[in-house]
Amino acid sequence: MTTTVTRTFDEWRDKTLAEALFECREMVESPEFETVRRWREAGGKVAGHFQVYFPEEIVHAAGMLPFKVRGAPVEANRADSNFGSYLCSILKTSLELVLTDRVELDLFVSHPICDAARNLSAIWGRNFDYPCQILYLPQNPNSAGSLEYLRHEYDRMRRVVEEVSGHEITDEDLRNSITVFNENRRLLRELYDIKKDTPWLIAAEDAYALVSLAGMIPREEHNELLATLLPMIRENTTKREDRIRVVFEGGFCEQPPFDLVRMLGRTCYLVDDDFHIGMRWITEDVPLDGDPLENLAVSYVEHSSYSSVQHDLRKPKEKMLMRRIRRAGADAAILASAKMCEPGLEEQVAYTHALDTEGVAYFVSEFEESMTSFDQLELQVETFLENLLFA
Amino acid sequence: MTTRDSTPELVGRGNREGAALFRAWFAELDETARNGGQSAYVFVMGSINEILKTFDLPVVFPEINSLQTAVRRVAHEYLEVAEDYGYSPDICGYVKADVGTQLRGGEHPMGRIPKPTLSVLTNACNTYIKWAEIWERMYGMHNFTIDIPGTRQAGGQTWSGDSDFEADRKYVEVQLGELITLCEEVTGKKFDIDKFREVLTYANTMSRSWKRILDLNRAKPSLFNALTDGTIFLGVANGFRGTEAGARYFERLVEEMEYKAANGIGQSIEEQYRLVFLGVPCYPIFRRFNELFTDWGGSFVNSTYLWFASGGTNRGFEYDLAHPLASLAEGVLVSVRDAMDAMFHQNEALAHMTEDFDVDGIVYHSIKSCRTVSTGLADSRRHMTEDLGIPSLFIESDMMDRRVVSEAQMKNRVDAFFEGLASRRRQALAGTEG
Repeated sequence: MTTTVTRTFDEWRDKTLAEALFECREMVESPEFETVRRWREAGGKVAGHFQVYFPEEIVHAAGMLPFKVRGAPVEANRADSNFGSYLCSILKTSLELVLTDRVELDLFVSHPICDAARNLSAIWGRNFDYPCQILYLPQNPNSAGSLEYLRHEYDRMRRVVEEVSGHEITDEDLRNSITVFNENRRLLRELYDIKKDTPWLIAAEDAYALVSLAGMIPREEHNELLATLLPMIRENTTKREDRIRVVFEGGFCEQPPFDLVRMLGRTCYLVDDDFHIGMRWITEDVPLDGDPLENLAVSYVEHSSYSSVQHDLRKPKEKMLMRRIRRAGADAAILASAKMCEPGLEEQVAYTHALDTEGVAYFVSEFEESMTSFDQLELQVETFLENLLFA
Repeated sequence: MTTRDSTPELVGRGNREGAALFRAWFAELDETARNGGQSAYVFVMGSINEILKTFDLPVVFPEINSLQTAVRRVAHEYLEVAEDYGYSPDICGYVKADVGTQLRGGEHPMGRIPKPTLSVLTNACNTYIKWAEIWERMYGMHNFTIDIPGTRQAGGQTWSGDSDFEADRKYVEVQLGELITLCEEVTGKKFDIDKFREVLTYANTMSRSWKRILDLNRAKPSLFNALTDGTIFLGVANGFRGTEAGARYFERLVEEMEYKAANGIGQSIEEQYRLVFLGVPCYPIFRRFNELFTDWGGSFVNSTYLWFASGGTNRGFEYDLAHPLASLAEGVLVSVRDAMDAMFHQNEALAHMTEDFDVDGIVYHSIKSCRTVSTGLADSRRHMTEDLGIPSLFIESDMMDRRVVSEAQMKNRVDAFFEGLASRRRQALAGTEG
């Protein structure tokens, strides 16, 4: 089918770069997800998918809005009683969003990225009548059977989405969607090239907001946004400063508070990171020739980034991090983990041991999306960076 | 343990023989460690012992090793070693106790644990994956993940013949074939299909027996405590899966339980309340934890622990020896999926269980260490209470870390729960008499 192009976010249009970026930040910081509401008010259906990666093309091809469920800076007043203690915040605030009708969905998909997240679809399913599913992405991509399996799993998801949307999804629909998403991936790569090559041209929190928006507005609209703003960013005349270049690792699932990103942006150049890494999971264009679902499966396994929640014998995470640091020409790393995030906390140990061996400076921290005070953390980060700057 | 010992030799035999097998198993591991022999590290949900035993590989269950450090009250020493190495207080205690064991050169209260030659894991628990990556970094050994798709949506399981099921089964079968090739490389032995069939035959006996034992506990009074006796049975079910010793043990356990059922022999307590347990026990105070319930006449007649920690063997799936590898793939898929359902989609089965076992209440024990088991418990409880009105208790502690085990607080909650059960019973009685 032809995808609906409903506009959900117009506030940035016809404004200066500074004003447009302000509107982007405002939209990302809002826990109300107005863009999703606007989409629904225009008659559209919404598929919520939990972090980290989801083949959004399948949902897009059905004319639905893929919405990245990533928690929110809200109090989990209602959701708290659905969970025990010792759990990360994103689970609770994600459920809070739907329990309080801030966000309404027609389909919810979680992934077995961690022991807690896998429970989400069951919890969701006990509380809502719409389909609440687990999408099993391969945790043994090294097996010869993984591609065929993943292609079948994507086909299963296509059937589920067809039922929810009421629209048949043809291969042509999928190719059209892949084209839109390839363009989006290209633009996001361009954004990250700017961060890497000329980080003084865009503040860390602005870059973060631009990526984050992809998970809450139609992708055509996001393409338009990036295609308009990226040239303006390149024309920015902000002066280069003498700052330490840093890679941030640990934002693959629960997102650090916006103010934390802002604070980091004040103290260093964030030249690469794994914020919303699922948005940039596929690192190359997905081919358009041949079977689109197979192409998506091959791209997931063969042409993809890494995170603490994917297991692939070809991707020892500490080596992948070292590659990210070197490619970005970074001087140091900030190893952050969401509180109670087992994959993140476990990986930190491997990262620190590897960085020690390689002689790369790093700063270890934890965060929570509901954090509100950053003074002490800022002091610690500044001290760490100043030690490097004046060493 | 709780089983009465004053009755004929048959009664209590399972616990005695289970403990003996356990000691023999650790003695073999100790011997292997001292001789520098090969070993496979595996996990309780999908150990694939059927293949590993065909290659005569001694199996190490790090989960069971870690559990033993808690029961033997030395877990904190091991946790400290791992935390000093960098692991957070907020991650799985089983992982940290094992890291402590590895960093201490395999030194363990039950004997020396050999280093891994190979690790085989499933995705039934994501922590398995992260855990095996730790060994990979420590030892540079082979690490094989059997990726097993689970249920996609509550009540949405597919079965043999369905194209979605066949896609899953084929994926598992391809991986099992790859594991066999790896085992051949690692051990230098050729895969022996006849031996494999023999192992599957023993595994079939164990599955059939385990299902029978669980069913027999519907008896009143119940025959064994799912928490305490059940943990012994689980140890054998895992460590001896696919072995002759394991098959004989479970056949004899069926014999014991059938005898007890026929003679109305229950546990050493006077059973007042029949309970189902959800979660993992509190091992740092294991005996006392159980007594919090038995002191009130509460006995655990079943648990999800007996379900998932046996890797889904509770289903009683039996392999088709005419198609051994395809059947193993189907069995692994069905059984491990069932084990995962015990943690994610348990409500429907739980509703049946409470009826079949005439249960008075459900105890939800959420633990810090295991998000797989614990994340959905509070929500599951809400719905069980709202849908069925079954009394329940929700408590939190840990299976390893005594720093988060508050016995006094737990006792208050448990006492209040039983007072509620007693009051409910009195009201029901008054209603009947009225």
